[in-house]
This record gives sequence, structure tokens and C-alpha cells, in this order.
Amino acid sequence: MSDVSTPDPRQSRLFTASELLGYLVLAAVIFIVLPSVLDAFRLNLFGKYLSYAFVAIGLVLCWGVGGILSLGQGVFFGLGGYCMAMFLKLEASTPENTSIQSTPGIPDFMDWNQLTELPWWWVPFNSLTFTVVAIVVVPVILAFIIGFAMFTRRVGGVYFAIITQAIAAIATILIIGQQGFTGGVNGITDLRTLMGWDIRPDSAKTALYFVNGVLLFAVLFVAHMILKSKAGRLMIAIRDREDRVRFSGYNVANFKIFVFCAGAAFAAIGGAMFTLQVGFISPTLVGIVPSIYMVIFCAVGGRLSLLGAVYGALLVNWAQTTFSESFPELWLLAMGALFIAVVMAFPLGLAGLYDDYLKRHIDRLLAPVDRMMMRRAARKTSPKAPAPTAQAAE
Amino acid sequence: MVASTDYLLAVEGLTVSFDGFRAVDDLSFYVDKNEIRVIIGPNGAGKTTVLDLICGRTKATGGSVQFKNRELLKMREDQIVHAGVGRKFQTPSIYDDLTVFENLELSTPGSYTVFGALAFKRTGEVIARIEEIAEMIFLSDLLDQKAALLSHGQKQWLEIGMLLIQDPELLMLDEPVAGMSVAERKKTAELLNTITKGRSVLVVEHDMKFVEDIAHKVTVLHQGKILAEGSMDAVQADPKVIEVYLGH
Ligand SMILES: Nc1ncnc2c1ncn2[C@@H]1O[C@H](COP(=O)(O)OP(=O)(O)OP(=O)(O)O)[C@@H](O)[C@H]1O
Ligand SMILES: [Mg+2]
Repeated sequence: MSDVSTPDPRQSRLFTASELLGYLVLAAVIFIVLPSVLDAFRLNLFGKYLSYAFVAIGLVLCWGVGGILSLGQGVFFGLGGYCMAMFLKLEASTPENTSIQSTPGIPDFMDWNQLTELPWWWVPFNSLTFTVVAIVVVPVILAFIIGFAMFTRRVGGVYFAIITQAIAAIATILIIGQQGFTGGVNGITDLRTLMGWDIRPDSAKTALYFVNGVLLFAVLFVAHMILKSKAGRLMIAIRDREDRVRFSGYNVANFKIFVFCAGAAFAAIGGAMFTLQVGFISPTLVGIVPSIYMVIFCAVGGRLSLLGAVYGALLVNWAQTTFSESFPELWLLAMGALFIAVVMAFPLGLAGLYDDYLKRHIDRLLAPVDRMMMRRAARKTSPKAPAPTAQAAE
Repeated sequence: MVASTDYLLAVEGLTVSFDGFRAVDDLSFYVDKNEIRVIIGPNGAGKTTVLDLICGRTKATGGSVQFKNRELLKMREDQIVHAGVGRKFQTPSIYDDLTVFENLELSTPGSYTVFGALAFKRTGEVIARIEEIAEMIFLSDLLDQKAALLSHGQKQWLEIGMLLIQDPELLMLDEPVAGMSVAERKKTAELLNTITKGRSVLVVEHDMKFVEDIAHKVTVLHQGKILAEGSMDAVQADPKVIEVYLGH
């Protein structure tokens, strides 16, 4: 075994110093800088942008690292959002609030569509516990079914992208078509309280912004752990040379299904936070266009970088809000141009630029800290490190 | 259908056709325990395809491949690996974006499942084993180098190392010295000599000097069929073999 004082660089560590710094800077931006420079309205907007960051983080795992391009992440985002909205809508539809309806006690859009009873699959969404579980489990089940059907048949690449895009289109059509069950094209609106707590005032929105921030870090942490594990390295290997991975003894399909499900779960949490912060969910967030936007956030930020994905989501959305106010027609073109420019000129996005120009200097500055962290990690993992026990054994 | 045998590998009636073209045609051969078998033959004879069929990369149209009396044709690639068959590809097939160390790490047996891989810990034992293999394949100093930056010969060695760490009972090598310099070739021959001990090896190779050095028995393939089989000397003297292959 190597000496503790000369740390082995191959000893796997959860964080390097520069990674840790990256997370600290992002935490400072989200929890300190943005809340102190933005008013409640703008902060809520940034909270909405950050809810897309969840999807972008999932895309880093699936697309950037695993090479699986999904153009249907909006479906999972939407499922999470709709699950949350169903709970909030039921809470808002008390018999007193809906006494003017022909059937009081059911959501207003159901009443408008001549439904006289709550559909059976809406009933469990009266429970918050069920809803919280469903927000993650429902999209994961769908992702599992899609992943299982595609990846065990070795459908990949462009074919997979097109199929996920078709699923996004189908999901929108279904939601719009089943107006009585889903609220149709308007979506589920007029959401008011969460377990009696009014989510509409500025104070609630600010609180939700912080909840969103904490959840984002939880998801970042999980994604980081996956990337740092052997499974993360396997995903890179699968992207590189899928065939070879099979002959190293792995069932490639299972790993692909896993990251696709993880990406779906992350997207769904983002969707639920979107609903809570924005106060509605609608099919415009589910279809092909939002799904492609989400890929653009990830590409701009850097598809190999979890932090890049978060900055990409913030930056592109902020730019969209700013520009689309002044040039609404041009924005779509600008978005397309941006995507092409990034893919052609900066395939690794903002994070790639950071790696090329800044990382070197930061790493040099942090080198002493990094060595210290490495030594601590080595002491923790090396069974022979504690000297007293070794002496006792002699 | 096929009786139980003492052979490590029993290939019988193996056939594959690509759109009616029979790349491998009713092929039968047997490999003993600890035997080093070399398959030679002209370009397009079907040598690579035979290895592809055994390791599950290509699905056979008919026949059977028994490895330790287990039918491989019904198994998935990863299951065949777990059964004890390792494969090196004709063009170096490694993970370019990962380091040499990581390439070897992913080839280390165990934690094959998703949750196993998530929970996998890089222990001192794993590191020591990887360092040992790296030493054998002459890559000790390059463990932290991205595999993409290796020379062609080093990539070949890395892939051999990736197989070695799997410790397969049957090792299949497709042109292991192709594209190597004379010096690299020599080192590779030495390397193969040490790693082939205690296991069966199926090698495809064009380099006759190399074949002479290592082969116990040679199978000559031509248009998907066996043209001749036997010791190197016997095969080299066979007029049919001289005509279609060695004569050129
Ligand atoms: N997947 C495939 N589809 C169609 N034809 C194929 C396929 N794989 C191999 N072939 C054909 O089968 C024949 C045998 O190919 P194979 O690669 O096995 O030859 P080889 O003996 O390895 O030749 P070489 O010495 O050049 O490596 C060739 O004619 C090839 O074109
Ligand atoms: Mg070949």
C-alpha cells in the first residue's frame, strides 16, 4: 500500500478541491447573490429557470455522459408537474370553493366538461404522500418501460431521439384531447394552497425558491455520486464503445435504462417545483419544443458538466426573458442559431470554455487544498493507515 | 443434440449467412483445454466472423457452439464473458475517453450489475491488481494517460491487458500483432507466451512467423469452410493451402 504522506491520485474521491469550489460558488449564487439582488418577482422567475436545470442535469447524465439523446424530457418534466398540480387542484376544489358548479367538489375543468365524478385515478392525489411518491415513481415507470423496450432491442442514437420526440408529441396530444381529465390546452390552473399554506404571495414564492434550491443541490449531489461511481465511468465507456462494454461482461441495456430513469426522475422533480412556483402546469411544457429547449440549456452549459447544465438553464432562460420581451419573433431564430453555434464551435459549452481557459489557473491555486483533501481521503479509505492498531498487531 | 465432450470448445455445423451469402458454412472444429489454436486464411475467409459468432457479436443461422458443454449461441454477450470467454478485436477496441487505469478497472471482473457498479469501491486490492497487469503489458508509466493518446501498439497491449484482467478460460485474439513495429511484435510474442499459459487460446493471425512460434494446431479457413487442419508443418505442406493462401 502507498504511504499516506504521498497520496495516490487514483484513490477515488468524491470531490476534488476545484469541484467543491464549483459547488460552493453555485450555492453562493443561488442562496445569497440572486436573493439579495432580485426582487420577489424576478427571484420567482429565476426559480422557474432553476426548475428547468433539473432536466438539464438529467440530460448531462443521459446525453453528455451516456450518449443517449432524449428529445422527450418534457414528458417527464410534465408528469412531475401534473402530479403536483393534481394534488394542488384537488385541494383548491373544496365543495365550498366550487359551490357554483353543477357538481361541486371536483376540479372546475371537469365540471365544464360534464364530468360528474372525480375519475378513479385522480382520487389518490388527495394524499400528499402519494403525490410526492408519484411525482418520482410515475415518470420513472414510464422511463423504464420506454428504456426497456428500446435499449434491450438496441435502439439507440438518432432512432431513440426520434422515438422520444414522438412520445413527447403523443403526450401533448393526449393531454389536450382528454380535456375533462387533464384540463386540456389550458392545463391545470388556479392552484392555491399546499396543505393549507397559500403558495401565491411573494413570501411563499421566495420560500419555494429556497426549497427548489435545496432540492437542486440534492439532485446535483446524487448525479455527482453517479458520475463518480464505476457506473459513471461505464456510461462514458458505453458512449465511446458500447460493443466493447458488452465484452467486458456488462449488460449495457441495464445501465442505459438506469440513467434514463435517473434523468426522468430529476426532470420530474423539476416539473413539480415548476408547478409549485409558477402556479400552473400546461401541455406547452410537455411537447417537442420545450423538450428541445431543455437539450439546448444542457448544450449551452456544457453537456459533460453538471454545474454547466445549471448555468446553461439560468443563462438561456434569462436571455429568453430579456430578449423575447423586445424581439418576440426573433427569439426562436436566435435560439436555433445559438444551438447551432454551440454545437459547431463549442461542443462542450460554457463548461468547455471554463475548462480550456480558467480551470488550469484555478487548479493551480487550489493545488495545496487538493493535496490536503487527498491525504484525508487516503487516511479514511486505507485500512492500514491508523498507526496505533498496526503497532498493536505486531 | 450434441453429445457431452471433453473439449473446452466444440463448434459444430456453425453457419451464418448474410443476405444469402454464407460467410461461415457448416463449420466444425474442436479446441482442447490449454490448446493454442491459430486460424489462418485469406482475407474475407470468415475468420473474424467465426470469433464474432462464438462471442455472440453475430447471431448464427445454424449449428452449435459448446463451451464447457454449455451452448453459447443462446447466450447474450455479457453472459458469454461470464462463462469464461474473452475476446480481443481486430482493430484496437478500448475506451478512448478513459485513462489506461480506468480501462483496466472496468475490465476487472465483478460488480457487473448497475447497483454493484454504483456501490463499487476502488480498494487497494483492485489497484494492486491493475498495477500488476499494467506492468505485464508495458504500460505502468502510462496508467493515468487517456487511452486515446496511446500509440497503436500500446492500444493493442491495453486491450490484451483488459482481457487478461478478466482471466478468461478461452482467450480469442483477432490479429494481435497486426500493425505493430518489429520491436513491438517481439514484445507482444513474449507477452502472449506468458498469458496463454493455463488457458485455451484461439488466435487469428496473418503473420506466419508469429503463427509458427505459438501455434499448437492450425486451422485454415477458406470461403467459410475448413480447407485444412493440423500441425503447422502439415498445413504448410498441404498443396491446397499453398494454392489459395500461402502461395501469394
Ligand atoms: N455483418 C456482415 N454483413 C455482411 N457481410 C459480412 C458481415 N460480416 C462479415 N461479412 C462478410 O463475410 C466475409 C468474411 O468476413 P471476415 O471479416 O470474417 O473475414 P476475415 O477472414 O476476418 O478477413 P480479414 O483477414 O480481412 O480480417 C467477408 O466477405 C465479409 O464481407
Ligand atoms: Mg478479420
